[in-house]
Amino acid sequence: MSNPANLKYTASHEWIRSEADGTISIGITQHAQELLGDMVFVENPAVGRKLKAKEECAVVESVKAAADVYAPVAGEVTAVNSELDSAPEKINADPYAAWMFKMKPASAADVAALMDAAAYQAVVDSEAH
Amino acid sequence: MLIFERSHPGRRNAAQAPHHAAAAGGPSTGLRTGIPAALLRQDRPLLPEASEMDVVRHYTRLSQKNFSIDTHFYPLGSCTMKYNPRACNTLAMLPNFLARHPLAPESTGQGVLACLYDLQEILKDVTGMAGVSLMPMAGAQGEFAGIAMIRAYHDMRGDTARSEIIVPDAAHGTNPATAVMCGYTVKEIPTGANGDVDLDALRAATGPQTAGLMLTNPSTLGVFEKRITDIQKVIHDAGGLLYYDGANLNAILGKVKPGDMGFDVIHMNLHKTFSTPHGGGGPGAGAVGVAQRLLPFLPLPVVAKLPSPAGGESAARGAKPAGGEGINNEVFRYLTEKDLPQSIGHLSAFSGNIGILLRAYVYARMLGAEGMHRVAEFATLNANYLMAELYKAGFTVAFPQRRASHEFIISMKPLKDATGISAMDVAKRLLDKGYHPPTTYFPMLVPECLLIEPTETESKETLDGFVAALKEIRDEAHATPELVKGAPHTMPVRRLDDVKAARELDLTWKTPTSTAPV
Repeated sequence: MSNPANLKYTASHEWIRSEADGTISIGITQHAQELLGDMVFVENPAVGRKLKAKEECAVVESVKAAADVYAPVAGEVTAVNSELDSAPEKINADPYAAWMFKMKPASAADVAALMDAAAYQAVVDSEAH
Repeated sequence: MLIFERSHPGRRNAAQAPHHAAAAGGPSTGLRTGIPAALLRQDRPLLPEASEMDVVRHYTRLSQKNFSIDTHFYPLGSCTMKYNPRACNTLAMLPNFLARHPLAPESTGQGVLACLYDLQEILKDVTGMAGVSLMPMAGAQGEFAGIAMIRAYHDMRGDTARSEIIVPDAAHGTNPATAVMCGYTVKEIPTGANGDVDLDALRAATGPQTAGLMLTNPSTLGVFEKRITDIQKVIHDAGGLLYYDGANLNAILGKVKPGDMGFDVIHMNLHKTFSTPHGGGGPGAGAVGVAQRLLPFLPLPVVAKLPSPAGGESAARGAKPAGGEGINNEVFRYLTEKDLPQSIGHLSAFSGNIGILLRAYVYARMLGAEGMHRVAEFATLNANYLMAELYKAGFTVAFPQRRASHEFIISMKPLKDATGISAMDVAKRLLDKGYHPPTTYFPMLVPECLLIEPTETESKETLDGFVAALKEIRDEAHATPELVKGAPHTMPVRRLDDVKAARELDLTWKTPTSTAPV
């Protein structure tokens, strides 16, 4: 599965989608879910929480490991995907459909400055030992 | 099968019940407990009812299903599953050790206190630390004690702005967990491509906010951190302290002392390095050692040796075996809060896992200083032999350019890419071949990895057999992948659904309603 070209990415393996209402949706990438394996638990931030860029704000736990998820930019949490509470496996099935939480970014320019799909792919390739 | 499922109402062990209870026809009637009637339960407790023979057979059968170091090669990386010498068990189970009550006066327990004192001294010597407390009851509790002492040290000096503990990304998960439990935030630093700590990243992460660094050396990647003196300088120059995670102490036992590397505090997994039985979840022993400046903070109680107040009199009795006054004109006693008022306190009700400490003591005495050198030498030789043989056989070694310490990593990624067979499938198939699998998927830095630690107690034939088994499995992965994917085939249970187990955790046995006892 390739990384969708319409999304933005972080080096810590989050994807970011700009929504029509000015918010952004955040999830973890195909590469991240593949490394982690079968998801068993997702912990999302509280709605209304104000986040700094790169702040730890969520946890995904698989049979192999627990991993932190980071806020890609500064902003406020506006919604969480509570479907994942009972069905964390949706992240494995389609990581780009299974958004975790939405934020109202403090600055649209911060979002625009994130990596595109090609730059993210280069990060993934450089990680492969 | 649980013992509850073997339960039949009314089946008892009359011979094992207290006499008056057996005579009264049940355990809960007629007992004078002193507990107010209003607080006594009305219904009977849900306990299994089984005959003595049923119980013996049930647990014997369970034990026969065990995959253990006594039955199989067990190269579980990071866990140091070495042979547990029988002499350690035999001596630790001498009747006077077993029967000693933890509240019995110290004057009647000078023998056991002398053993614990000796063990403290041996551990000090082999690690190069100034003091040791044996009290932590597991590796994780040892870590907790270590970081709590670092915190107590900074607090005592009024140096309270230090809020961060630095942890390399290859560390055991217990390291960051420990730092957080002690009220610190964790600063993670990356590992370089050769497996060493990234020194530039360490410098950038270190500052006046640094309380300390937690380091495992050799690391979980199985390589010795060569620039440890540079690392300790960076941390100490910033006013932080160095914590040594003793998980991999087996690799350097008697060869290099953590104290000489500049570590201020260390925990030792006696259940690993000092060969006490483990693998079923305990019991462990996570003794801690400290440098001079952390001595006041050691967890209690610590055993001290003092001149006997009745020394002259004992000496006058000549060679007569020492009695209540001590041994050879010396008295051993536990130090308390009065002696160490700055101690981080007690970590267990009494004296740690004392049965495990006695086993570790016997092991250390059997080895002697000379034997401890051999532990490190043969552990390293076995790991490097196994790594070289697997490399020759075409397996992907994670750090082939580095000498392994006591453990090493191979990656099954090429096999997975070619056949779809994962490290987990290989691990399960190893069970069918009569080998306990290595650690899988740890450390996370290497994809599809197996972390292999053969330990010093295995023979060359066992190691060769293990290489042959891995080669067979690789052939099977190409020829009959379904055979590997479906493994294990010969175990009491087949492939367990670990995803379902994690998602729908259920640890409580519930009475089937139709057979509920009345």
